[in-house]
Amino acid sequence: MGKIMLEVNNLKTKYVTRFNESVYAVDNVSLRLEEGESMGIAGESGCGKSTLALSLMGYYFAPLHHIEGSIIVEGKDITKMTPDQVRKTVLGTEISYIPQAAMNALNPTQKIIRFIENVIHAHDPGMPKNRIYEMARDRFEVLNLPEEVLEKYPVELSGGMKQRTVIAISTILSPKVLIADEPSSALDVSSQKMVIKMMRELMKNGFIKSMIFITHELPLLYNVTDDIMVMYAGQIVEKGTAKEMVFDPLHPYSKGLMGSIIVPEAGTRDAKLTAIPGTPPNLKNPPAGCRFAQRCKYAHAACKVQSIEEVRLKDGRMYRCILDQNELKEGKK
Amino acid sequence: MKYQLQLVFKSQKFVTGFVIFAAVFLLILFYPLLVTKNPLEMTGGLFYKPGTYVSVTDAVDTQSYKINKDVVTGKLTKSVTAEEQQLMRDWLLNYCPEVKPEEVSDAKKAYDIIELWLQYYDKTVEMEGATKAVKNQYVRLYDKVENILESEGYIVSRKNAETGEMEEVAAIETKEFVNVKDIPNRVTFPLGTDNFGRDVLTELVAATRTSLKIGLLAGTVATAIGLTLGLLAGYVGGMIDNVITFITNMFTVIPSFIILILIASGLGQAGRGAMLVAVVIGFTSWPWTCRSVRAQTISLRNRDHVNLSKLSGHSLPRIVLTDILPYVASYVVMAYILQIASGILSEAQLSMIGLGPSTNKVATLGLMMNWAMQFQAPLSGAWWAFIPVVLSIAMISFSLNLMNTGLDQVFNPQLRE
Amino acid sequence: MAKSNEIFLGGKGVTKVYGFGDKKTVAVNKVDFEFHKGEIVSIVGESGSGKTTLAKMLLGLHSVTAGEIYYNGELRDIRSPRKKRAYWKGIQAIFQDPFSSFNVFNRIDTLLLDCINMRGQKNLPYDKKVELMTQACGFVNLKFAELTRKYPFELSGGQMQRLMIARIFLLKPRILIADEPTSMIDACSRATILDMLLKLRDEIDMTIIFITHDIGLAYYVSDSVYIMEHGIFVERNTADEVILHPKADYTKRLIKDVPKIYEEWDLSTV
Repeated sequence: MGKIMLEVNNLKTKYVTRFNESVYAVDNVSLRLEEGESMGIAGESGCGKSTLALSLMGYYFAPLHHIEGSIIVEGKDITKMTPDQVRKTVLGTEISYIPQAAMNALNPTQKIIRFIENVIHAHDPGMPKNRIYEMARDRFEVLNLPEEVLEKYPVELSGGMKQRTVIAISTILSPKVLIADEPSSALDVSSQKMVIKMMRELMKNGFIKSMIFITHELPLLYNVTDDIMVMYAGQIVEKGTAKEMVFDPLHPYSKGLMGSIIVPEAGTRDAKLTAIPGTPPNLKNPPAGCRFAQRCKYAHAACKVQSIEEVRLKDGRMYRCILDQNELKEGKK
Repeated sequence: MKYQLQLVFKSQKFVTGFVIFAAVFLLILFYPLLVTKNPLEMTGGLFYKPGTYVSVTDAVDTQSYKINKDVVTGKLTKSVTAEEQQLMRDWLLNYCPEVKPEEVSDAKKAYDIIELWLQYYDKTVEMEGATKAVKNQYVRLYDKVENILESEGYIVSRKNAETGEMEEVAAIETKEFVNVKDIPNRVTFPLGTDNFGRDVLTELVAATRTSLKIGLLAGTVATAIGLTLGLLAGYVGGMIDNVITFITNMFTVIPSFIILILIASGLGQAGRGAMLVAVVIGFTSWPWTCRSVRAQTISLRNRDHVNLSKLSGHSLPRIVLTDILPYVASYVVMAYILQIASGILSEAQLSMIGLGPSTNKVATLGLMMNWAMQFQAPLSGAWWAFIPVVLSIAMISFSLNLMNTGLDQVFNPQLRE
Repeated sequence: MAKSNEIFLGGKGVTKVYGFGDKKTVAVNKVDFEFHKGEIVSIVGESGSGKTTLAKMLLGLHSVTAGEIYYNGELRDIRSPRKKRAYWKGIQAIFQDPFSSFNVFNRIDTLLLDCINMRGQKNLPYDKKVELMTQACGFVNLKFAELTRKYPFELSGGQMQRLMIARIFLLKPRILIADEPTSMIDACSRATILDMLLKLRDEIDMTIIFITHDIGLAYYVSDSVYIMEHGIFVERNTADEVILHPKADYTKRLIKDVPKIYEEWDLSTV
């Protein structure tokens, strides 16, 4: 077992809307990330995956609020720190975050090398500029990014190149955990492929120790991460290895999700897409009991009232359902 | 709609602006109900200062009360002007060796300096280098002060209608007072009178009302023209767009105030009613509404909901009215508010240079400023003739701009703090 | 699959040029196509390939710079508003972003009533109209009773897109142009939307033209596939041929760039 990079215990966070209503977007999420591990989080939009990504950084400011639970990085609980402390001591060195539109966050009036200098100087103000340049050049070389990019302005780069550059900049301090929220969804398939390839290089070279990859595109997750967690209405409903999750999902929601995969491969045309009727519950007022019960075709009367606990299997697999493993497997047929 | 209103009224800026505007609006609504006199009635005279005026003969006739109070000090302080006090100081310093300069400078209050001067003043002292006029001035001043000091009151007499002889009617002593409430003929000018002797407060309320009407009409005209042309240019595009953009640019390049002056002077003195001036202001200030509406319409024109509306076979006017207009409405409301404010300001500017409404039937804020200027109120110290006008213009445009900023923050979330 | 040989919508040398002189961009460059009755055709391309421009031209929302479009066997004529309206009775669209496809100031009822009016049933009694609307909503698994008097923004993206299909159900056009109808909605809802579109095709026998960047999706739904790159069709054939035996380099690359689950995803080719 590798060293634990990130440990999250029973994390609960909420959003407060402009009308002072609370949206409980992350509810009781626990996870553990070891060195060299990459974890995928899948789910529909509005299931709380982006909120989870923000919450995992421990950087809380309105409208996002921490309710309870801990996030342990390097033995310290970062939810106990002030946002300023988190920004100075955790972000960039321990945890890096890449949002979907990261490429649009670059100030168009600065050269790429300036961003790198800023990032490094924020943590090591004394480092000379030529050392930074050498460091950036070496890093770019390993990641197959041309050296010229360093002297260019963001507007001179294509979308895919910009996104890869942003990823390179935000991992320049070799963080322990990289949280990537839909890093390739706004890109063309070819640029997406390059981004994915680069993320793999980052892991392989140890520039990042572990990764959380969030997307709604399951074929992508299957190819990028070791494990996949499926999120529904703010909760993790199932976790397993990528292969298990795609070819042998247990939870009824995961089954629906996996049944919607379309790839341009032989066999696709004969497979029948499965659709899940209904819509996710409103998280301002989440239902008691199983949150998926209303849309679930196996739902019992008990599902709607009884709170459903996580069931952990021996091989690290987890699911959140009232039915046992065998019942779920039979239900599949 | 409901949510938007809720949000709008959550904006502190908007609410502050709204409250000020509502206060002004309620004032102009209810004041005329309480004070029913004609706001342009010339009751007083040239720049009477604020205060209550009582009839002097009524004061004689009204029952009097004895009140034990030193009336001389008050009278002296009030009737010996600052210049006269300076004359006294000069005399004491220049022609009176007995008085030390410290004593003069120590006498700060009017009464002290008068007392000091009376003590030493001597008509016979030779004033070297002084002209006769100056000498006489001092003599007259001495007599005036003596008069006040020695006044034992007045005897009121009246000509007998039959005999033509003077008969004593009443004697008034210095310590006799009347109660102001007992006097039947009183006039109060809370803000004094203007050059024509009109009550400034009543006139100001009426002027604010007219100015608001002018602003409203000017804003409506400007917004209507700007909105129609903007929607047309933006949605239809092509040749129509080119023509409208050309006209808009022309209006933008030539400062609208100059066009305004040209039209206003072209209309002639007789032709310029208040509402016509409003229409003229509106007619010169539409271009920027037009430009922004056009820009927004162009970005909306290719939106999918417009395409869908086209595919549903809707006619051009219907698409513009139902699919474009509601989306630009919030912006247009904000622009409208600003147009009202700038309409009021434009009227004031025009009137200041004498091109405002030429009428003696109504007052506007600009005209009041103009009259105050022409009769040199600032020079004669008649602050009440223009400061309240300036304040009310400032207040209205401040409140309108504040409402606009508040709305802007609600509708453009990026500007929110 | 119901498919005839009759060319229902066709084009010869269709070109669209934006701008003049040096700023000229050729968005669609002399493309030819033949879409048959009852067929599902996909036009696949990356962003900037000109596929959306082509769709807008087919819909008659954009003018055609050069070339001819044939509709129902004859040259398309949409020069007057009246003729356009007649054309739009036969050809309709579903757009990419459900959140911007609706006029947020209009109630859902207005949208559906419009469709009934457009079909020339304006004078139907109101309860008959409600019946039609209920039927249309039922087709896409929505309840009209719950939707009536609601505004579009009160619905989820998937529901909105289903409502768009309900609209098509009411209009019963002969051709539907679906411009990335599932790219803005979730994977789960995507299956629902696709199922409904296919069901609708069988129900009213219409031709569907799918505009998409997702080659997997194109493969799943269509009979024939056109691959578009920089304004031209680089490959056109039946779906199986194009996906399983691609000929053009661009098609091969496109297929390679998509993550797979049954085969190894080859990352070395970038």
